[in-house]
Amino acid sequence: MRPRQSSFWKVFGIPVVIGVLSAAGLFSALLGDGAWDAVAWVGLGIPTVLGTWGLLKRG
Amino acid sequence: MKSKTIRRWSFVHTWTSLICTVFLLMLAITGLPLIFHHEIEQLLGDAPEFRDMPADTPHLDLQQLVEKAKAHRPGEVVQYFGWDEDEPNGIFTIMAPTPDTEPNSSHTFMLDARTGEALEMPSANGGFMMVMLRLHVDMFAGLPGKLLLAFMGLLFVIAIISGVVLYLPFMRRLKFATVRQDKSTRLRWLDLHNLIGVVTLVWALTVGVTGVIAACADLIIAAWRNDSLSAMVEPYRNTPPLTQLAPATRLLDIAKNVAPGMEPSFIAFPGTLFSSQHHYGVFMKGSTHLTSHLLTPVLIDASTLEVTAVAERPWYMDVMSLSLPLHFGDYGGRPMQIFWATLDVLTIIVLGSGVYLWLVRRKAAKRAIVGTEVAS
Repeated sequence: MRPRQSSFWKVFGIPVVIGVLSAAGLFSALLGDGAWDAVAWVGLGIPTVLGTWGLLKRG
Repeated sequence: MKSKTIRRWSFVHTWTSLICTVFLLMLAITGLPLIFHHEIEQLLGDAPEFRDMPADTPHLDLQQLVEKAKAHRPGEVVQYFGWDEDEPNGIFTIMAPTPDTEPNSSHTFMLDARTGEALEMPSANGGFMMVMLRLHVDMFAGLPGKLLLAFMGLLFVIAIISGVVLYLPFMRRLKFATVRQDKSTRLRWLDLHNLIGVVTLVWALTVGVTGVIAACADLIIAAWRNDSLSAMVEPYRNTPPLTQLAPATRLLDIAKNVAPGMEPSFIAFPGTLFSSQHHYGVFMKGSTHLTSHLLTPVLIDASTLEVTAVAERPWYMDVMSLSLPLHFGDYGGRPMQIFWATLDVLTIIVLGSGVYLWLVRRKAAKRAIVGTEVAS
């Protein structure tokens, strides 16, 4: 049962984007305030919102 | 992926998670109030209250502050003075019976730099927040406790990595963020475990790895003392211990002279973990956002006040210094604290659902054993 070449990106495409944004966010706020903080809030906000949304979603 | 490979990764994921789960739950729960320690201390009335004085009131010099500290706690010595940009008029002061008293037996308070008035900080010395902190750092078990938690953190990292590997076969036929609500409770929680696990992945890895590094801080500091400090203080090895320290008055000026453009972070008085028997250790931080986390020690002879050395920062000290904000989540304002806390709660849910899924599968496997035996 070998996966097709595309199945990796089909499964990991979105998680990789979220991961890269999180990493950018975690690093960004180390570099400065203001806009740098805002990048961090976006980067960490996405996983926070997605995780909470999954949990609260019903039916 | 072959089913044998999946089974192997599944084994790794199950057992690394199960072993570390109890500890990780404890860390996640005690970590939650620690994210907001500043706010909680304020609410409890534990934060030092500064009296209103004109904004340009001059500060006392450091030796005057040392004398004020000694008057406040007679018979003790100052171990550390520390600065924090949130309290421009305050100086964190740590005192103890002897310079080498271990940190948990020291007394922390704040000196008003303008008056020398001592402002107590009860939560830095005991109480609820201190219990949370000690549980989180070493479970009241000192170095062995820290190292055990570091090991649990490593297992957590392996559990995360094996979880990512398993995400592929589980999700191959499902769209991202699918949560099957109507099939069974087990499937719903499996999907939630996968979804929350994969979106919090980078954050959890970061907090996990930086936590392991922080837990090894004692070893890292010991390595620094061995590598850098001991070479610099070698000429002092056979000199008798100091009976009188040169006044601290000009320490910051002296340090700023050899570390231009840097700001003081803390002063380690002679005989502490961050200094030598014969030196003040003045730790200077960079003035940019990033370098403000990196500390450069200036060693100042405690009898002549001459600079013995501006110590190099070994890479592992930089790694440790940068790990701390990435573990605490205290460097991006209030929104970051809130995300940090929510991600922490989501991690608790991933841990809990993991245990639940394991229990359900174990029950199912027991029931299935009879069936398998018939089939083979």
